[in-house]
Order: sequence, then C-alpha cells, then structure tokens
Amino acid sequence: MNYKMVSKTVGRLLQAEALLLLLPMAVSIYFKENLLYVYGIVIALVLLAGSLLTLPKPKKRTIYAREGFAIVSLSWILMSFFGALPFVFSGAIPSFVDAFFETVSGFTTTGASILNSIETLPKSILFWRSFTHWIGGMGVIVFVLAILPQKDMQSMHILRAEVPGPTVGKLVSKTTVTARILYIIYGVLTVAEIIALLCCEMPLYDSVTTAFATAGTGGFSVKNASIAAYNNLGAEVVISLFMLLFGINFNLFYLLLIKQFKRVFKSEELWTYLAVIGVSVLLIIFNIYPMVETLGTALRQAGFQVISIITTTGFVTADFGQWPAMSQMVLVVLMFLGACAGSTGGGLKVGRMIILVKAAFRELRRAINPNRVKAIKLDGAVIEKDVVITTSTYFVIYMFIIGISALILTIDNFDFTTTVTAVVTCINNVGPGLAAVGPVENFADFSNFSKLVLSANMLIGRLEIFPIIILFMRSTWKKTS
Amino acid sequence: MKIIIVGDGKVGATLVEHLSLEGHDIIVIDKNQKVIEQMVNSYDVMGVCGNGASYEVQLEAGVSDAQLFVAATSSDELNILSCLMAKKAGAEHTIARVRNPDYLKQVPFFKDELGLSMIVNPELDAANEIAKVLRFPNAINIETFYRGLVDLAEVKIDANNPLCDMQLTDIFDKFNVRILVCAVQRKDEVIIPHGDFILKAGDRIHITAPRGVLVNFMKKLKIYKHRTKDIMITGGGKMGYYLARQLCETGGYNVKIIENDMKRCEHLCEILPDADIIFGDGTDRAVLLEQGLEGQDAFVALTTIDEENIISAMYANSLGISKTVAKVNRVSYQVLESIGMDSAFSSKAIAANRIIAFVRALENSGEESSVQTLYKLVGGQVEALEFNINADFSEIGVPLKDIKLKEDTLIACIIRNHKVIYPGGNDCIEKDDSLVVVTKRNHISSINEIFE
Repeated sequence: MNYKMVSKTVGRLLQAEALLLLLPMAVSIYFKENLLYVYGIVIALVLLAGSLLTLPKPKKRTIYAREGFAIVSLSWILMSFFGALPFVFSGAIPSFVDAFFETVSGFTTTGASILNSIETLPKSILFWRSFTHWIGGMGVIVFVLAILPQKDMQSMHILRAEVPGPTVGKLVSKTTVTARILYIIYGVLTVAEIIALLCCEMPLYDSVTTAFATAGTGGFSVKNASIAAYNNLGAEVVISLFMLLFGINFNLFYLLLIKQFKRVFKSEELWTYLAVIGVSVLLIIFNIYPMVETLGTALRQAGFQVISIITTTGFVTADFGQWPAMSQMVLVVLMFLGACAGSTGGGLKVGRMIILVKAAFRELRRAINPNRVKAIKLDGAVIEKDVVITTSTYFVIYMFIIGISALILTIDNFDFTTTVTAVVTCINNVGPGLAAVGPVENFADFSNFSKLVLSANMLIGRLEIFPIIILFMRSTWKKTS
Repeated sequence: MKIIIVGDGKVGATLVEHLSLEGHDIIVIDKNQKVIEQMVNSYDVMGVCGNGASYEVQLEAGVSDAQLFVAATSSDELNILSCLMAKKAGAEHTIARVRNPDYLKQVPFFKDELGLSMIVNPELDAANEIAKVLRFPNAINIETFYRGLVDLAEVKIDANNPLCDMQLTDIFDKFNVRILVCAVQRKDEVIIPHGDFILKAGDRIHITAPRGVLVNFMKKLKIYKHRTKDIMITGGGKMGYYLARQLCETGGYNVKIIENDMKRCEHLCEILPDADIIFGDGTDRAVLLEQGLEGQDAFVALTTIDEENIISAMYANSLGISKTVAKVNRVSYQVLESIGMDSAFSSKAIAANRIIAFVRALENSGEESSVQTLYKLVGGQVEALEFNINADFSEIGVPLKDIKLKEDTLIACIIRNHKVIYPGGNDCIEKDDSLVVVTKRNHISSINEIFE
C-alpha cells in the first residue's frame, strides 16, 4: 500500500468538497439565513483536513488496484463525515449519527431519510442535502479527474472503483477527457431538466433541488410528501423521463453525440432495461386498476413508480405500501435489478443481470450436455471468462451482505418486511422500502447502531462492494513502498 | 496528437510508455484482451481489442482522424497491410515495423509508392547502432539524426590537437578530407561557425561527413588509436546478418560469425561472402577460445537468449577485450548497469526511440510550416530542420557558394533520391531535394526564412 499517495489523493478530494460546499453557502446568503458561520466553520475544517492529508510527499507515484480501491472508499467515508457537519452545526439534525446517515444517503444517491418534517429545515441545508445527490451521482473522483489534469496518475484504477458496472470502458484515450465528457453530459441533462420543470410551473428552488435528486437518481425531495406534494402531471412526466435517461449508460449518450447510432441500437442492456420497465408497468396497472378505478391514474402511478424504483431514485407519487402484494413484489425485484451500468443509478445493474442469466442458462445446458462449449455474448461480443466469474462472485457476496445485514438489523425487532426491505433499499441505493420504512415513512425509528449498518450498506452498494470490503482485509494494508 | 498503435509487444509498450507521458491521445489495438487491460491500467490510454488489420477495428479506434498510425506487431505482412488500410481510411502518417531482410530493398517503394511515412526495422537499426559503437572509439560521442542516416560526431579539442588555432577553411587543405563543422561549443555558448572561424583549445566541435570520411578524419586527428579490426559475432540471426553486412560493406574488418544452425550457416555463407561463418555453439567457452576470442578486438553477442549474451559478453570482458556488446531484449537497463554492463542493446527499445523521435519531429513541424522533420542536437541548443524543395523555390540551380544564408545557419546536407549528399560550394539545390538545415534560430517555419 502506497500510503502517502493514498493520503495525498484523499486530501485533494476533500479540498474539492470544500469547494463544493461554497454552493450551499451562497444559497444561505441568498435566502438570508444567518447560517454563514456554519458553512464557514465546516469549509475551514474540510480544508484543514484536506491540506493535512496532502502534506506527505509521495516518493513513488505509482498506484495499483488496491490503492485505487482504498482511495475511493476512504474518500467517500471521509466526505460523508464532513458532509454531515452542516446538518449538525446548524441544528437541523442534532444527532451526528442521524446526520451521517442522511449524508451517506445523499452521496450514495439512496434518498433514505431520517427526517420527520422536511419542510421546516433551512433552505440552504435542504439544498446541500439535494446537492449531495448530484455530487455522488457521477462521483466526486470523476469530478476531480475532470477538473484537474493529472498526468502521472494511473487514474484508471480509481475510475474503475467509482464508476458502477461490471466493466468500465473509456470514451476517449485520456481519462481526464473521459471524465470531462461524462460531466458535460451530466451537467447538460441536469440543466435541461431544470428548464423543463420550470416550464411546468414548478418554483425555481424546487426545480433545482428536484433536478439534482433526479440526476443522481437519489430521491431526496424538499417536500414531506415527495413529488406527490406538487400534484403536477406535467412535472411528473418530466421527472419520469429524466429518471429514465439518467438510468441509461452514459457511454450511449456519447455514442449518440459522435453519431454512432448503430452501436446505441445494438445495446442489449438498453433494450432489456426498457423491456423490463414496460412489462413491470403493465403488470402493476393490471394489478392496481381495481384500486384506483381509472386507467389514467393507474398508468400515471404505475409508470412513475416503476421508473422511480428501477432507476433507484425513490421519488414517490403514490403510497405503494398500500398496493396489492404482486405490485409490491414487482417493485422489490426492480430494486435488485437497478439501472444500466455506467449510469448514475444503483442496484445490481441490468448488464450484470444479463450476464448472470446467460451464465445460468449456459450451466443448465451444460448439465444436459457436459461437453458443450458456448461463449457468453453481450452486444455481439464475447464476454471474457473472468468477467463472468467476477460477476457471479459479486452476486454471491452481495446476497451474503444482504443476509448478514438483515440478521444484524433484527436486534431492533422490527417485522420481517421492514427489516429486509430496509437493507434491500439501502444496498441498492433506492430509498423507500416497505412497511415501517415504506414510501410515506422514514428510517428515524432505527437505533444508532442499525443506522450505521445501513450507512455501510449504502456505501457498499454505491461503490459496488469491493472497495469497502478490501478495507477490512489485512493484506491491503501491507506496506509495499 | 492522436496516435494509434497496433501490437502491444515490447516496441508498442515502450511507445505507449513514452508517448502517453508526453500527453498524446493514444489508442492501443491488440488481439489479446489481457494485454490491453494491463496497458489501460498502467497508462492513460484507450484500448481496442481486435485485429489491427481489420477495417472495423481500425474505425472503432478512430483511424479516420488519427495523425499517426503505428503497426508494430510481430508479422511484417500484417503491419504493411494495416498501414495501407489506415492510410486509405484517413490516417495522416503511418509507420510499419518490417523486419524481413527480403523486404529491405523495397523500403523506398513502401515510402514512395505505398505512402508509408516510415519503415522501422529494429534489427537493422540496432545493427547500425552497434556498428557505430564499433566504428568509433569510446571517447567520441555520436548523435544520429535525419532518420538515422546522418551522424554528428562530437570531438573535444585540447591544446595539442592539430585542429587547435586552425581556421575552418584550412582543414581541407591540411587533412585533405571534406568535413562540415556544424556547431562549436565554446564554454556555455553554441556557435554555428563560418569558414573563417578559428578553433581554440577547449572547444567541442560537432562535425558531420559521410561515415568513411568521418573515420578517416578521426584517424588523421590521431584520436582513433585502437582500430577495431577483428570482430567476433555469436548468433547469426537477422541482427547478426545486418551487422556483418554493414561491417563488410564498410571494409577493413575481419568478421567472424558463430552460428549453431547448419542450415542458417549455409545461408549466411551465401549472402555474406566476405565473412567467416563458423558452425558451433557461441555460448560454449571452448568454441570461443578455439576461434581465437582472445585475439579479437571486439565481441558481439547476439543470440536469442538474453542471459547467454550477458554472460558471454562478461566473459569476453574478463579476457581483456575492450569492446563487448550484448543484445538484451527483456532485462531492464538499470539491472544491467548495476552489474557493470554498459554496452547492451535492445533492438526493440531502439526502434521505439526512432518512432518517438519521428513523433516529436512531426509535432514540431506544425501545419503551416514546411518543416518536414526537426531534431534537437547538441543538448537541444541547435535544431536540424528538414525542408522539401518544390519547383517554385527561387534558388534552384544556384551553386551553394553564391547563396547567402542568415547568421547562425548552415546547410548540412542534401538528400536526393534517399541518398545523403554532403555538398561543397559548387553543388546546387535541385527540385524534389530535401534540405537539412542546421540552425540556432528557433521557430523557422519556411525554407525562405534562412536566406538573407
């Protein structure tokens, strides 16, 4: 482990966070909130910590996969730690554990909240809460790579650890340029959504925060009743559309930009993603039609909720806690499935699921004819054996973590549905679960210990398991240079 | 600059390592997914997995707007084919690695008719480098420029050197050799001298001339004391052949090649009539001694196995042979230096360096300027620029002695039909020549800027 290089890079990222904290500070000045000192202190603390960490001068600048993982996981934990401070210092969320949970939920774009009454909080604090979604969506490290030219860093190890999906491809040969393109697409889509929401007569502040939460597929809203509070059909359509877009692999947007339409239409993951959404919406409409009585309402609720859950955003327009069992089950399955690889969404990712299903079918066929050789293909290209094995391993570890976390959570003695869906919704970065953590409820009643376990789950889900797990392996910390 | 590199072997990897650090956009194409992954992890480059000669793969790598396309796989034919396709698909410059001696004669054809910018032959380049080491004493430093065709030798002038206090125009009268002094380093200053320049003790002069003349001149200066005459080469592969051929063509050397494959020996006899071909194991001490290793002036180990080359070179060294050279492809130079080997050559590293020099030259030439290539010499203080002469050039047919050049500028050589001419005052510049100009001035972008 190249400690000095890890420390230096993490320090750089904290300095970037200090920069990002200037934005809520500006918002608090705009709304004349008298919270300037809070942001001042937090920014000073983050800057100090960041500068201290960048002090050691690394002798060797080479980093390998393990350093990449360590940089990503440590910086996410530290950023959540410092990101929680504005909530605590402003008195909005007095308990530090609660504030940490809320911030992790923000950065990991989960959107699970412990707040009972959202609308009473200062506007700049709520702005920061939504802004953490936007930062966490594309990743802080990608952001830093985009703005800082780093010639001699093997940045691919870091990029790989932060960008979701089974395989990470570059758009162009330089990592910095790749990161810049990703952020430009991300930024342009976000601005487009803000404008679209403004056209639907949503207030500016609400439009911006909602767009941030959609872009990161997070789900924090500035209203207690989430999107249902606006009761605005136009806004719901706009939000659904953009949730759908942010759940698509960003590489495809780039391919559209460089006019490679054929490759976009060949993407199996995209078509599977759209097909799953279509089938789920139909199933739920059929299932809830007797309840809501009109077809229009059924389509409106089912469509919004399915897209909100599969992209792991977690916005709510209807209390699906009251829906029949089949609709609820469909939504829980969608939570596992998640959005496309390389998007801002969470979950297992559609691409990974396609590989797993294809591998499973191959094994079944092999049981009948053991000598049969068959390659697994995605988008017409053969998937490397290693990728298939890593994906299967990922799935196994992922299920293990869900099991163990649910077991730990039972010490709070909630019912089965609450316990399991709390873990599932957190590890998949969705937000709402069912029963006591349902769409109109929140996570406030869990014990501090459980909140920390769920925070860990959110980080594990967002960073896709390995970066967090390797922090607990002894060989990671062996001194090599 | 956007550069596509096909084949990620030793040459490809060296190229990627250096060029990515210089900030170029690099796309690597290789058939092996593992190799691609390794590359993408270690350097800031993009990888494409597939056959470099496949049109689809080339398009995926973005060949249409690439400035440079390098094909460095182990197969000559694949390299040529992929370069031809890349050229048609829109790549500005293409470089192919071609090693088979059968294709050596058609290198001008590759360039002129097929449009390839450069042919890299690692074995030939390495043989040239080794020949250079053998040709000159260790004390003389040689820089090579203009595609490895022109040598620039650095000679220090001390008080008892015959050149001391001599005017440049008198050199020809006294030594009867025509050499060109391109630059003189006096203390920290670099001077591009005129004919009336007088050399002083402590100067370092940089001279250029045809290879034979340069050696002749060194001899007359008496700094060429231990002439290398008897050379023993172990391993008669491509590099051994190229080296022996070059030494035989220069003349004055007794070349002995030890090769352990009878068929290859017979073939070598055919193509190298002037060299002694010995059938035997070049790593066997008894064989080496029997062939008179102790009486040799130089020993060159070019077998395929790095370790054997290193050990036999060290053994020859221990026998007191002043010049020993080993071909080493995999072991890094740092390791070799730590055990006291300094004459080690890697053909692949040499080939990569040539391509890197080409990229730098290309980068410096820019779009508006007519500079074809640019080399920085004498520690970067002097530039050697290559210009193409087209029909509307004003001084065509005018003898050089009548052309007025600007201060700090001189014409080093003329390249006509791939041959280097070191011009005298009566030579003229003709249409379709290339002109190599040595200058201290920066930012010269057109040939007309060097004339008064």
